[in-house]
Amino acid sequence: MEELKKLICISCPQGCTLEVTVEGKTVLKVDGESCKQGIEYAEQEITDPRRMIASTVQVKNGYHPLVPVYTKMPIPKNTIKNVLKELRKVELTAPVALGTVVIKNVLGTGIDVITSRDMPTRTAEQDHFLK
Amino acid sequence: MVLKNIYDVVVIGSGPGGLAAAVAAKKEGAEDVLVIERDMELGGILIQCIHNGFGVEIFKEDLPGPSYAQRFIKEVFSLGVEILLDTMVLDITPQRKIYASNKRLGFVEIEARSIVLAMGCRERSRPQIRIPGTRPVGVYTAGTAQRWVNVEGYMPGNRVVILGSGDIGMIMARRLTFEGAKVERVLEVMPYLTGLTRNYVQCLLDFDIQLQLRHTVKRVLGNNCVEAVEAVQVDEKWNPVPGSEEIIPCDTLLLSVGLIPENELSRKAGVKLDPITSGPYVDDNFQTNVPGIFAAGNVVHVYDLVDWVTEAGFQAGKCAAKYAIVTHRKESNYVPLIAGDNVRYIVPQKLDKRNLEENEIRLQMRVTQPIEQPVWIEVHDKENLVARKAERYVRPGEMVTVVLKQKNYKDVEKAENLTINIAPR
Ligand SMILES: Cc1cc2nc3c(=O)[nH]c(=O)nc-3n(C[C@H](O)[C@H](O)[C@H](O)COP(=O)(O)OP(=O)(O)OC[C@H]3O[C@@H](n4cnc5c(N)ncnc54)[C@H](O)[C@@H]3O)c2cc1C
Ligand code: SF4
Repeated sequence: MEELKKLICISCPQGCTLEVTVEGKTVLKVDGESCKQGIEYAEQEITDPRRMIASTVQVKNGYHPLVPVYTKMPIPKNTIKNVLKELRKVELTAPVALGTVVIKNVLGTGIDVITSRDMPTRTAEQDHFLK
Repeated sequence: MVLKNIYDVVVIGSGPGGLAAAVAAKKEGAEDVLVIERDMELGGILIQCIHNGFGVEIFKEDLPGPSYAQRFIKEVFSLGVEILLDTMVLDITPQRKIYASNKRLGFVEIEARSIVLAMGCRERSRPQIRIPGTRPVGVYTAGTAQRWVNVEGYMPGNRVVILGSGDIGMIMARRLTFEGAKVERVLEVMPYLTGLTRNYVQCLLDFDIQLQLRHTVKRVLGNNCVEAVEAVQVDEKWNPVPGSEEIIPCDTLLLSVGLIPENELSRKAGVKLDPITSGPYVDDNFQTNVPGIFAAGNVVHVYDLVDWVTEAGFQAGKCAAKYAIVTHRKESNYVPLIAGDNVRYIVPQKLDKRNLEENEIRLQMRVTQPIEQPVWIEVHDKENLVARKAERYVRPGEMVTVVLKQKNYKDVEKAENLTINIAPR
């Protein structure tokens, strides 16, 4: 049975409203997109919805106690919760460089989680204040 | 680092606006560029914006905030921009003197040939939107919570209500959900979403977080800590609709109710502000009404894309460098006049040597001590005697005049400065 679904494209800040005609998990027609990324998004969202995830992991002896990380590519929506759980188990040791792989192929998704900045070690001055 | 007394371009603030300005100023040929930042590291607000969505315009890549910042931080270092961290700029004068305080260096005074203001913006907080009720712990701006959760590793609370549907608020709703908090509600007084629709989808809808438009917080409840908020519906005129009140139990209220450009310093420098943007009036070079003072980024008006802040920073930095270079060239035509032996002061204090090509220049001065015998009034360029004049005596009460003539041009042209000494013949 054909069905009309309304989606909002999240591929760019414009946020076009897409009208997608679907039958089961097959996309028949997309309307309302302003560029071809909109069509790709609709296909993806109907068949296998994915999201980019950014979070933090703990870092020992770092300038800050956390280092920000993100998935290199969007991961399946239904894995988000478990990916976050995996990240909670990680503890790095400073110094850490931008782009360091924190978890390779997280939960078998084929996607790596990497750091989004350098994290230098704590300075002597910080130690002084922590004492 | 040894600070110079004078810089070509001084950039205040190291967010994307300031970093771009510093990069562009260097590339335009400004020699000495200094960035002053009150935080302990460069990057501004981007350091805490760990989500993606930055750089699509400039790098054609979808980067998290810290990665976007790091590209510019690297470039700033490789271009040899000087950096002064942990330093709060306290005051700027219209003559471009900058006063700042730093724990290690103490009170610092720096002169700039041009300045780029890039102080960013600040969030509206509770007093600015006047929420009635008690004053318990647990009411924060969304940006403060963002800093805690993403950088410092604290959670503001476990049950959260967010007032305002701005992007920072929605992004924090998702972030707090990731960290195990329950976001009970997002309330928006306007009849529409104030942030981006994509954030509504990926931050609220994805996690079944309820958004109520035309709703606000009527009251905060709780004595020591927030225990609940009373939400209420409003009509077209923002008046509460009686009977629509709802008590929402929570321990945290986050405010995402807009940003205001941070312009206390600009005001002190004599920069005129537009009452609508709350930022400086600028021209297409991002120059303010004060010559040589430029402004870029959220300090001018609140942007919704960091990429555009960077573009603005590039333009402001480039024009600031041009201004500084022209000013420097003018300065290098100037020869300061130094009051030497027995001279209290000289007017003018400096002269433009090009004028001497066509006109004579009259120098007037007063002496410190009387000398009741014939004296020489000598104008020196270091050891070299440029001109001299005889007087029968000098007295503090009587002004002394020396005239530099066109024929002195050759000597003055070479001089870095001129010293005038008065001594007995
Ligand atoms: C909490 C928050 C979250 C945001 N999240 C996003 C987002 O997710 N996506 C997005 O596109 N935009 C976001 N924005 C908007 C964002 O601010 C701009 O897009 C961009 O970061 C502005 O850059 P800027 O260089 O103008 O200012 P900022 O990045 O704010 O940098 C200003 C810098 O100036 C420094 N400074 C200020 N006063 C002084 C002083 N007197 N002396 C020394 N240093 C000083 C500050 O410490 C700061 O580092 C956010 C804004 C805020 C406030
Ligand atoms: S369809 Fe294209 S323009 Fe519209 S939101 Fe998607 S990516 Fe952006």
